[in-house]
Amino acid sequence: MEVVSLNQISPDQVIIWSWSFIILNVTILYTWLVMAILVVGSWLVTRHLSSEMHVSRWQHFLEVIISIIRGEISEMTKKGADHYIPLVGTLFLFICVSNVLVIVPGFVAPTSSMTTTAALATCVFIAVPYYGISRNGVFHYVKEYFQPTFIFFPFHVMGELSRTLALTVRLFGNIMSHEKVIGILLAVTPFLFPVVMQILGLLIGVIQAYIFAILSMVYIASALSAEDEGHTEVKKEGSPA
Amino acid sequence: MDSVSLVAMASIIGAGLAMGIGSIGPGLGMGQAIAQALAAIAQQPDERNSLTRTLFVGLAMIESIAIYCFVISMILIFANPFWGHVIKGIVK
Repeated sequence: MEVVSLNQISPDQVIIWSWSFIILNVTILYTWLVMAILVVGSWLVTRHLSSEMHVSRWQHFLEVIISIIRGEISEMTKKGADHYIPLVGTLFLFICVSNVLVIVPGFVAPTSSMTTTAALATCVFIAVPYYGISRNGVFHYVKEYFQPTFIFFPFHVMGELSRTLALTVRLFGNIMSHEKVIGILLAVTPFLFPVVMQILGLLIGVIQAYIFAILSMVYIASALSAEDEGHTEVKKEGSPA
Repeated sequence: MDSVSLVAMASIIGAGLAMGIGSIGPGLGMGQAIAQALAAIAQQPDERNSLTRTLFVGLAMIESIAIYCFVISMILIFANPFWGHVIKGIVK
């Protein structure tokens, strides 16, 4: 069952249904499928939340995931994670689910299309100034661009743009390359070897989701003021351990 | 040799060279980074979490160079901008 053939670089080119200017391609279909799985799954689980001794196993599952994400984020920001968990946790879950579902035959990971990854990276690109400004105000955020002198302004802007490009291309390249490698191996050594590569692809998909979330968290944390961190550090040293 | 086969040959050879030469540097760099991180983890097993996280972020940065090469070779094979030019010239 091959939806995207080997000579097509992106699932955007496979069009399922079109009506005048509305075009439904494979990327949109599977993006909405992943979104539906995430939303309906978490809605079903969180319908009957309980804080008693007997907790349903699905609630345990979600609690473990959320507490791991929260622990990772709060270790990075050294502060609360509650501001960042909606964005970073959602990015991680979406990418992870869409990469892992590749083992289902006929499923095409929406992250293997450059449009999806560009959209996700644009979310991070917008979120960085949003969190920076909402934490420190516009003046402090803009001042960071002119550190140490005003000559560095174009380099800061360039860095911001190029890391967005890197986020896009990294996720897209990893996932798409694995699809292509598996497709080529199926033609060359059909039986056992593609399965091994598929397992490796699952591992790489999860690692890429982790890397995407961690990198976006790093970028957001870099927009939060350095002054603020200095204060907390002084306080930490002064207080008894 | 006509120009279509010349463009095809050049882009295929270019794609192979880009991938082959371009992955030498990131391979060396990632090996170095992992070796250092393993040594650091062996010395301080308590710091394993933050070391692993920093390692992954660094590996992602290094890896992106190889991925740029890969995307260049994919563009050369699948979406070559010179194809259109050459084929337009032939149709004229």
